[in-house]
Parts: sequence; C-alpha cells; structure tokens
Amino acid sequence: MSPVIGVLAIQGDVREHAHCLEQSGAQVRLVKTVEQFQGISGLVIPGGESTTMSILAVKNNLLEPLRELRTKIPMYGSCAGLIMLADHITDGRSDQETIGGLHITARRNAFGRQVDSFEIDLAIPAIGAPDYHAIFIRAPLVESAADDVEVLAAIPAANSLTNSDQIVAVRQDNILATSFHPEITSDLRIHDYFVEMVRSA
Amino acid sequence: MATDATTGLTGTTRVKRGMADMLKGGVIMDVVNAEQAKIAEDAGAIAVMALERVPADIRAQGGVARMSDPDMIDGIIKAVSIPVMAKARIGHFVEAQVIQSLGVDYIDESEVLTPADYINHIDKWAFTVPFVCGATNLGEALRRINEGAAMIRSKGEAGTGDVSNATGHIRTIKGEIRRLSSMSKDELYVAAKELQAPYELVCEVAEKGALPVVLFTAGGIATPADAAMMMQLGADGVFVGSGIFKSGDPVKRAHAIVQATLHFDNPDEIAKASRGLGEAMVGINVADIPVPHRLAERGW
Repeated sequence: MSPVIGVLAIQGDVREHAHCLEQSGAQVRLVKTVEQFQGISGLVIPGGESTTMSILAVKNNLLEPLRELRTKIPMYGSCAGLIMLADHITDGRSDQETIGGLHITARRNAFGRQVDSFEIDLAIPAIGAPDYHAIFIRAPLVESAADDVEVLAAIPAANSLTNSDQIVAVRQDNILATSFHPEITSDLRIHDYFVEMVRSA
Repeated sequence: MATDATTGLTGTTRVKRGMADMLKGGVIMDVVNAEQAKIAEDAGAIAVMALERVPADIRAQGGVARMSDPDMIDGIIKAVSIPVMAKARIGHFVEAQVIQSLGVDYIDESEVLTPADYINHIDKWAFTVPFVCGATNLGEALRRINEGAAMIRSKGEAGTGDVSNATGHIRTIKGEIRRLSSMSKDELYVAAKELQAPYELVCEVAEKGALPVVLFTAGGIATPADAAMMMQLGADGVFVGSGIFKSGDPVKRAHAIVQATLHFDNPDEIAKASRGLGEAMVGINVADIPVPHRLAERGW
C-alpha cells in the first residue's frame, strides 16, 4: 500500500515535491484546507517564502490545525518548510509564526541573498553514498539544535568560510527538515527516506 | 545580516531557475518606497518590485523611465525580509550590473522602462543574479530564455488596469506550447523557424509541455478576480503593478489579491476577497492607447 502524503499548497514549489513523492511511491494530495488534512499520513511543507506561508497560514486558520497535525503524522520541510517547523527563528520578522515542534533555532537567509545561493555536494550518511548534490536558495541554517535533534548533514567547516560546521539537515523523531531543495533535483533519496518514515510511523 | 559564505557554486542555472520555483503561487507587487514594501510584505506578497514610478505614473508623466535610485532600492531591501526585485532597461547591462551589486534578488529586464538598446537584450548568462523578462508569445519567451532569462512573465499592458492583454498573452503562450506538444518530431524544425527560437529549446518545450522556467503573468491585473483568472489560465503566479497602490484602499486590496491567488479555483473565496475593497484603479482601455505608446510592443 502506498501511503497518502499531503503537500501543503499555500505557496512555493508544491508541484516539484508532488512529483518526487510520486516517484518515491507515495500517493500525493495537495492540501490547503483543514478538510483536506483528513486521511493523509504524512505532510511535506515545500520550499517557498516562509513569511508568506506563515501570514497565509494564520489568515486562513491553518496554523493551529497544522500544529495539531504535527503531533500525529510525520512532517518534512525543505527550506521555508524547515523554518515553518522550527521552534525559534532569527533574522525573521519579529511576529513570524511557525508550526514549530522541531527543537532548533533556524536562521533565515543565513547564507546571504540570491546572488549567494549555491550548489554543493554533501555527505549524508543516513541515505548512504554517494554524496548528495544539494541546492541552497536563500537558504536557512540550523543555528542550534537541542539534544534530541539528530544532525543528518552539515556543510563541513573546510567548505564554509566560517570555520565551523553548518547544520543543514536534521531529524527529530518524526520531523525531517533540510535547508536545501531535493525536490528540484532528480536524486530521490531524501524523498525515499521521508516516505519510509511515513510507512514505518 | 550576518552571512555564512561557503565554497559552493553560485549563479548556476539551477539556483537561478530554482529561485523562481520558490515564488510560485505568489503575488509580486510593485512598490515605490519602504512603506509600500511593508504593506506588501504584511499582505503576504511573495516578493516586491522596487521601482521609482509605477507604470500608471510612467504612462501619465511620460519622459524616459530608468533604473531606480540605489538609495531607494537599498531602503526597500532594508525594510523587508522577502525577496526584492528591481527593473533595468532592456539592453542596459550596466544598470543590471549596478542592480546586482546592490544585492537585489531578481532583475526584471523590463519594457515598462524606456529601452536602452533597440537591437540587443542583456546577455543574462553573464550575471550571477537571475533575470525575469517579459514576453507576448512563445517565440519571444524562448529567445529570452536563450539569452539566460530564468523566469518569464507574460507582458500584458502595464499601467492600464485593463486585463485584456494579460489574458491574450498568457493564452497565446499556453496555446503555442500545447500546439508544439501535439507536433511530430519532424515538424519541430519548421516550428522553431516560425517561432524564431532555438531548435533545442523548442524540442524541450514540446516534450515537457511547459516552459523550462517559471511563467508568471503581468500587465493590467487590478482585482482579485483578475489574479484568479490568470492562475486558472495556467500562470504560476502574478505581478501586480499599479493595481494596488493606485487603488482606493491599497492595504485591503493587497490582502485580497493574495487571498484570491491562493484560492484561485474557489469562487466562494474569490467572492469573499472581492468585497468592500473601495475604488479599483481607474484604468485606461488598451484599445484607447495608440499602438506606438503600448509598452508590450517594446522587446522583440
């Protein structure tokens, strides 16, 4: 049985996530109302603009239902999705609301503006070799993470100009989050990993 | 804002086109100062376009329209956390260099400004920052993509509040894509010749049934229903220029257009968003504008 996984369709690269999830063996439903949450067994929060997603989630009375849903089913957020799942944000709007639940502090646009967006190969042991070619677009960074958060990937200090590892993929129980965008590549391993999380939840 | 640079590769086609993917389903609003930029951000705009005069004023005041003052663009970058775009004149690669150096997230090589070169567009591959360009038909869109545009917007007729050209241009582009998809392989050579577009790009569109980049629509969108219609016609998102800040109640209208774009396929929600918005921008019928004064005619 292939699980039904929702993609939050407020804004962003919804279609790309839907395509990857289907390739990874899930049935996909685009969701933007509470009624559509019924019957999904996992949810992806896509890349996009976290400010917009947050404002529209509040205005359309989706934030509380999303928080409740988060306690029940696995969720995966890429880029803006990572910010939406983070407990704390820095460099965001002071009033920016998130779904929360992921015990991290995310720093928005941590790598700079669009001219600083980049591609880089990342070692991600949880999905095996070879390295994952990751695309970062005005990406956030996991600035700090609680002890119950497992770090899946970091840009090593040697490749960053800051002399410290930069955390860019994490898992905490049934929450998965990446700073980068696997949905705009053809490497399905991150989506495979999430579909497996949903299957075994 | 502190930034953590890496040794990763910047300015690639993937990060340029990918940036536009993240804008999908959103509304990009023209703003002329920091205060308007805040209104746009608060309403849920996906990005703002910083420019000195909205198209309706450019049209009314006449004269040469150029890139905005860097101080004004800086002020807007500082005021909001969402992406900031800015316009360069068609072919004016130095305006584009200046805008890139300001840290703008996307450059619009725009027919709304007075062209700086009536033969060549900017070589957009030469830049790290991505470009969006206008198009009235598929051939024009593919020529811009061939020059490095990472996003296309159908032109419509800016500064009018008359949606008819926006409708015409998005229908034309979508229709031409459908036509290519139905062709056999050996017909694509002639199709490329007729579209005056590179054969490889024509084949890619025929196979995919879509442009290789994101397609927004622009030029004359003034109401929530206008925005929703563009989305139903297959646009990935909308630009709203004069339609918001030339209306009676910009705050309400900005919110309403964002809501209608989100719920574009739900008439009940569009109806709700359309209530009590006050005056829409007065507008000009495109048919009343002599052809030489139509902005959509600029670019080739």
